[in-house]
Amino acid sequence: MTIGPVDVDWIVDNLDRIGGLVIEHLYLTGIAMGIGLVISAGLALLVRNRPRWYGPIIGFTGTLYAIPSLALFALLTPLTGIGTVLTAEIALVSYTLLILTRNMVEGLRAVPSEAIEAAQGMGYTATQRLLRVELPLALPIILAGVRIAAVTTIGLVTVTALIGLGGLGYLIVTIGTQRGSFGLTATLTGVVLAVGLAVIADLALQALQRALTPWSRGRMAAA
Amino acid sequence: MIEFLGEVAAWFADPATWSGRDGIPVRLWEHLWISGVSLTAAIGVGLPLGLAIGHTGKGARAVVAIANIGRAVPSLGLMGLAFIVLLPLGLGVGPLPTIIALTALGIPPIVVNAYVGLREVDRDLVEAARGMGMRAGEILRRVEIPIALPVILAGVRTSAVQIVATATLAAAIGGGTLGQLIYIGFNVGDQVRIFGAALVVAALSIATEIGFATLQRAATSPGLRDRAYVPTEPAQVGRGGADSSP
Repeated sequence: MTIGPVDVDWIVDNLDRIGGLVIEHLYLTGIAMGIGLVISAGLALLVRNRPRWYGPIIGFTGTLYAIPSLALFALLTPLTGIGTVLTAEIALVSYTLLILTRNMVEGLRAVPSEAIEAAQGMGYTATQRLLRVELPLALPIILAGVRIAAVTTIGLVTVTALIGLGGLGYLIVTIGTQRGSFGLTATLTGVVLAVGLAVIADLALQALQRALTPWSRGRMAAA
Repeated sequence: MIEFLGEVAAWFADPATWSGRDGIPVRLWEHLWISGVSLTAAIGVGLPLGLAIGHTGKGARAVVAIANIGRAVPSLGLMGLAFIVLLPLGLGVGPLPTIIALTALGIPPIVVNAYVGLREVDRDLVEAARGMGMRAGEILRRVEIPIALPVILAGVRTSAVQIVATATLAAAIGGGTLGQLIYIGFNVGDQVRIFGAALVVAALSIATEIGFATLQRAATSPGLRDRAYVPTEPAQVGRGGADSSP
């Protein structure tokens, strides 16, 4: 059966394979986001103690961000091998750092000084102040960064198909661009699923943001 | 590692690297003209659209939608779709699908920044211009655009960097560009070639970023140059920013 140019039979026949690719896509995205968050948190804390490091860190992560994904995969191959998950993840993590670190630092900087002084006046230690006052108040900006990074990473994972990994990129290029009746179906399926994952991730993180920062709900429309 | 870098240097020194269909000059030129045509088309579509929405204030929702769609659709997906749709028309092989995908990719940052740039212009200035008897077109040309120029050009810069970076992926759909050199390297498993070609691509991307940043600074009116708000970062709309690349 076909609906317009879409070969539905092909999708039904390949449902297992498509499901596997979605899982691979989520897995590659999840690792990159997890490691990216840990490194960015470290960099943001470093900047909190040593503000002078902010410029160089943003400069470096910004330069990484300007390198095209295929080129970064390629530049890593002498160290980490052709088409390995490690190659893909180092590149994917690199791309999350600019957005995540910038939003973490800006989020912490936007915390009103009155709130910090009040916490000090109440006898909070530096760690307590960070965890109980600064972090919660910085959360909307931090999570806005997480949303952008997640959506960007989901898109970038498709490019790993070019170095033989895949996720949904495998449907888009490896199968999709073969000359055959199912080419358009595979490409469309890959694109629609990738966009779908990005939208779902974005909405889920938005819901998380609302749940974690109930006090900012009124301002949420503008964020 | 040192030995490997020596081999990369030898690859760059080899005349064969610089000649023929898969030589650096041919592929670099292809990369540049495809990117140039795509950027021109993206400006041609995106700039009037962004300026119209920013000037009239009507259609702001469309800008947010364009920004969000632009971020959610993977650039490789755009390439694949353009290729597969044009294939039955006999236009799939060659530069056309790449140019169409890159143009579509380049439009959102230009629309978003033109819109945000015009909206950020002080309303009092627009009122003053109107009070001086300027028509709508004059206000746009002589007041709004000059003041918004740094933000508008930041959008063009984001778009240019994104287009030059993504042009690399054209290799996946047989569209050539410098990406072809990396792609060949991956297919034959030649690490020296992969690395050398990637260096050229990375250098071109960073040069594009620096070139457009310089242009942006040069085009900023001296009266605006000292103001704190001249952005080096892309403008933000709705949520998040329209970051450039990868």
